[in-house]
Amino acid sequence: MSFLKINNLSVNYEMRREIVYAAKGVNITVEKGEILGLVGESGSGKSTVGNAIINLIDEPGKVSSGSIIVDGVNIYENPENILQLRGKKIGLIFQDPQTSLNPILTIGEQLIETIQTHLKLSKEDAKDKAINLLKEVGIKDAEVRFNNYPHQFSGGMRQRVVISLALCCEPELLIADEPTTALDVSIQSQILDLIKRLTKERNLAVILITHDMGVISETTNRVAVMKNGDLVEIGPTKEILTNPKEIYTKALVSSVPPTNKKINRFKIIEKENKTQSETNIKILNRWTKKEIIKQDLVKVKNLSKTFDDNFFTESSKNSVMAVNDVSFNIKEGESFGLVGESGSGKSTIAKMIVNLYRPSAGDIDFDNVCITKIKSNKEMMKFRKQIQMIFQDPYSSLNGRLKVKDIISEPIKLHNPSISSKDIDSYIYDLLESVELTQQSAERYPHEFSGGQRQRISIARALATQPRLLVCDEPTSALDVSIQAQILNLLKDLQEQLNLTILFISHDLPVVRQMCDRIGVLKNGKICEISETENLFKNPSHEYTKELLTLMPKIESIYN
Amino acid sequence: MVMLVVAFVSFSLFNFVGDPINNMVGEETSDEERVELRETLGLTDPIYIQFSRFVGNASKGNFGISYQLKRPVSELISERLPATIELVLISALIALVSGTLLGVYTGINRKGFLSDIILAISLLGVSLPTFVIGILFIYLFAVILGILPSFGRGEVVSLGYWTTGFLTLSGLKAIILPSVTLSLFQMTYIIRLVRAEMMEILQTDYIKFARARGIKEKSIHYKHALKNGLIPVITIAGINIGTLIAFSIITETVFQWPGMGFLFIQAVQFVDIPIMSAYLVFIAFVFVMINFIVDILYYFIDPRIRVKAEAVSG
Amino acid sequence: MDNHKLTLLNRIKDSDVYFSFIKSPTAIISTVILVIIFFCSFFVELVTPYNPFDPSSLSLMEAFTPPSWTEDGLSKFILGTDGQGRDMLSTILYGSRISLIVGFSAVIFALVLGVGLGLSAGYFGGKYEMIIMRLTDVQLTVPSILMALLVDGIARGIISREMHDEMAIYVLIFAIGISEWPQFARVSRAATLVEKNKDYVSASTIIGVSNIIIMFKHILPNIMRPVLVIGTIGLALAIIAEATLSFLGVGVPPTTPSLGTLIRLGNDFLFSGEWWITFFPAMFLVLLAFSINLLGDWMRDTLNPKLN
Repeated sequence: MSFLKINNLSVNYEMRREIVYAAKGVNITVEKGEILGLVGESGSGKSTVGNAIINLIDEPGKVSSGSIIVDGVNIYENPENILQLRGKKIGLIFQDPQTSLNPILTIGEQLIETIQTHLKLSKEDAKDKAINLLKEVGIKDAEVRFNNYPHQFSGGMRQRVVISLALCCEPELLIADEPTTALDVSIQSQILDLIKRLTKERNLAVILITHDMGVISETTNRVAVMKNGDLVEIGPTKEILTNPKEIYTKALVSSVPPTNKKINRFKIIEKENKTQSETNIKILNRWTKKEIIKQDLVKVKNLSKTFDDNFFTESSKNSVMAVNDVSFNIKEGESFGLVGESGSGKSTIAKMIVNLYRPSAGDIDFDNVCITKIKSNKEMMKFRKQIQMIFQDPYSSLNGRLKVKDIISEPIKLHNPSISSKDIDSYIYDLLESVELTQQSAERYPHEFSGGQRQRISIARALATQPRLLVCDEPTSALDVSIQAQILNLLKDLQEQLNLTILFISHDLPVVRQMCDRIGVLKNGKICEISETENLFKNPSHEYTKELLTLMPKIESIYN
Repeated sequence: MVMLVVAFVSFSLFNFVGDPINNMVGEETSDEERVELRETLGLTDPIYIQFSRFVGNASKGNFGISYQLKRPVSELISERLPATIELVLISALIALVSGTLLGVYTGINRKGFLSDIILAISLLGVSLPTFVIGILFIYLFAVILGILPSFGRGEVVSLGYWTTGFLTLSGLKAIILPSVTLSLFQMTYIIRLVRAEMMEILQTDYIKFARARGIKEKSIHYKHALKNGLIPVITIAGINIGTLIAFSIITETVFQWPGMGFLFIQAVQFVDIPIMSAYLVFIAFVFVMINFIVDILYYFIDPRIRVKAEAVSG
Repeated sequence: MDNHKLTLLNRIKDSDVYFSFIKSPTAIISTVILVIIFFCSFFVELVTPYNPFDPSSLSLMEAFTPPSWTEDGLSKFILGTDGQGRDMLSTILYGSRISLIVGFSAVIFALVLGVGLGLSAGYFGGKYEMIIMRLTDVQLTVPSILMALLVDGIARGIISREMHDEMAIYVLIFAIGISEWPQFARVSRAATLVEKNKDYVSASTIIGVSNIIIMFKHILPNIMRPVLVIGTIGLALAIIAEATLSFLGVGVPPTTPSLGTLIRLGNDFLFSGEWWITFFPAMFLVLLAFSINLLGDWMRDTLNPKLN
């Protein structure tokens, strides 16, 4: 008898128009001492399964059939059962450590309350136990930190506190729902190591819910793949990743950017084993193509940006140096990558290049003109036309009140005031088809599109001014991995055929490796090193680059 | 700072709005008498002298003489102050206590029958103008049932400067209707705010995480959620007292309660500027005090602010 | 054109707002009541047989007639008459027209001023934002009714007595509008701050769209939801404020009575037993405010995705 047995579990949400099945007849078992990875794209139902185990499904969802048996107890037989198990036998870790802790209780108070709810311990004993626990999850000065409030901990430390809370009553089953998604790579690997260590030491049964195939590959013993509420495939991690049986799993694995080599295009596997054809770039004949003369298009010289933390105090103590003396050049027609963790200043640099922020110091030259000192609006418009940007969040980058047609026509009209409305329409259609959307899309509103389609609209808008430089700020990090592969392919095609220059900003090293010719590594607002892509991955010179490369989760590690 | 601004506004009121002399004297007063009055009131001095005198006087509690009643404003105010303060305090107590309790109840029991009723009544309460409630109460309890007085403070006991209605039966009876009337609007407002706050908190991740740890529902509601939910209540309470003072103008008019609001509304009708400006300064003073107290309370209740402040000072 | 209209209609029918509207009996009932009240008030000449402000039609003989269902009631005066023999129902509807005009005008005034300042403050930021927000802070601590009273009091001082009755309605609109604008300014500023940081605004800036167009074409439509909610609740508040000021005797003059004025005038007769003179205007006012609040409450729940 397995420790956790999920039998034929179905969860449905009764929505206004239809009933949505978040899980359909899912069967999973987990043994003690093993980590089961639950992987899938957004909407696959992986979190629903996690929540169902602890009976905390959000309204209006409910379990419509099936059973969940934990250590021989069926939790849906009697509503009292789960109350006995929560915290005591099953621990849960959420994604975002920032919001998982009650802000006005000290972590000690929260630990003691949880311990005393389940274990018959005196306050002193509970405190001793809590402090030992904090030490166990790697918090220094546990005796002092015990009395601190959550906001006094950093993100990674907070997630450790969350883990200690989940483990404080010695549960035998741990459910971790995207426990490291909100964290940087270096902290992610520490937290994952911690979970692995605790699994071994305490003989836990762990379910690790994630979308990251690298994490799955490095952490789990077995993996279950989900799609649209269905369990696609379950088996030992190595088998699933190296020899998937189902087409969906194959597609999923092949769209993960490899960390160890550069490939030309991602294989997009749809129903059959056919690969996606190259994009038909219809706007090509409208495009005044720039000759590739391998000259520097962008020159960033000693760029710095300081943000005042507090508007009212003028003391420099509170100001944050987001970008500190950064210099690099981008050649015409090249893809230049900027990599760094959160807070490294990579997005700030992007915003200065597109002139959303003014630099505190330093210059940016575009086509040998310094664009940071332009005062006149008319002069600026010339450069606005040539530099466009694609944003991270496909949901906020399109105005939901405008039709796609109006979104794309705005830049066209602004930069060609004399264009006839018929020309505008045909231009819009060409742009839409160039990003593989239908002409009918023009009459629809953004909310009718998926994240990937919205990102395509965003690209079409950016191309409408016929820019020379396209700044891509994490263009795929909000997307599922299979969609990411499609968008990256599209960007590659566009660049090749239109001779675009791309500044590609990302935290995701494998993606950058696939996309860029040269890469700059940023840390705390400073450039660590700039190098040709393959050279950087094979012979990193800077310590920080080496660290990043070792710590990033690698799907290929399954082969070792 | 705020006090100075308000002082200046009320001073300008004093000076530039109409001619105070016209307001003070009748039609038949001769020009010589007017000039004489102007001199005695110091209205011929330069503006800045008048202003500094105004501030100096105001800080001593001297606001000049009422045009209409021909008595010192400070005297009028100190006479009326206890009545208003007693009324406002009782109302604030009713509004805060019952508003918070009902708000928490409806926030926790979102779908209950009782919650729906409380919410419907509270919405009706927001729609009922204070004076309408007052009139209905008077009609019901004073005219039809005849059990409670419809106007005045009843018998009051004088304690030095202070006169109180709390010590006599008729005084206590008299305060019931006005204070309930005054508190109703605020109470319904607080119910809705607290409810919204509780509902929002109960959906946060940390409540969900507490549930997942098996913390008892009781503790989740009354320890985890309530404590967070009460933080905004402090601000509400502060604004609440200020609003009550303002709305006491209406209640006092309806019940002919001999407080400052009644005095003020008469002043507005007769353009009695000294009383208006004194009232303004008084209100501003109360608001500044309340804001100060609210800030201090926040410091004690919200650890995020406390830790920040300690980090700065230490 | 027709095609476009059709899709717009379909869009409305298809929207979640429409769906939750037809699912909510309170929203439907309050809308129906409001439509009836608005219609009867604005087309009062068509609805009522009497003009209470035409002295020739009044007869003091018919003064103090109780409602028609009581013993002494007359069937031609359904809700009775007041001290001058005016038909209560007609007087109420005429009064409600004044109340609604003042209420709407004041809210529109507050909305335009508040949203204009709030939107620009949120968009441009800096010292300008700070000054405007300090202003709202200071004014929000002063309760709106007090603010309106003060404005009215000052106006009385500035405007001569003869002019005052004529100007009273404008003074009232201004006083109530001024007392309500900070709400709109705060809400629209907060919403603007959220919208401003969204990438579609950055995208427009990068394209080269001017600030004015970004503010009004892109941001304004996106902040209208919360503004409309505040506007609805603000309308109820403005109507109540108007009634309160008129009740206190500082609002519209008795020659063109609003609901508040009617209640004040009727209040004098309460103790002598003529309850209907004050009761019906009061109930009408409550019905009006309650319906608007019901609708506003429903809007808040529907348009605020946070609580759903």
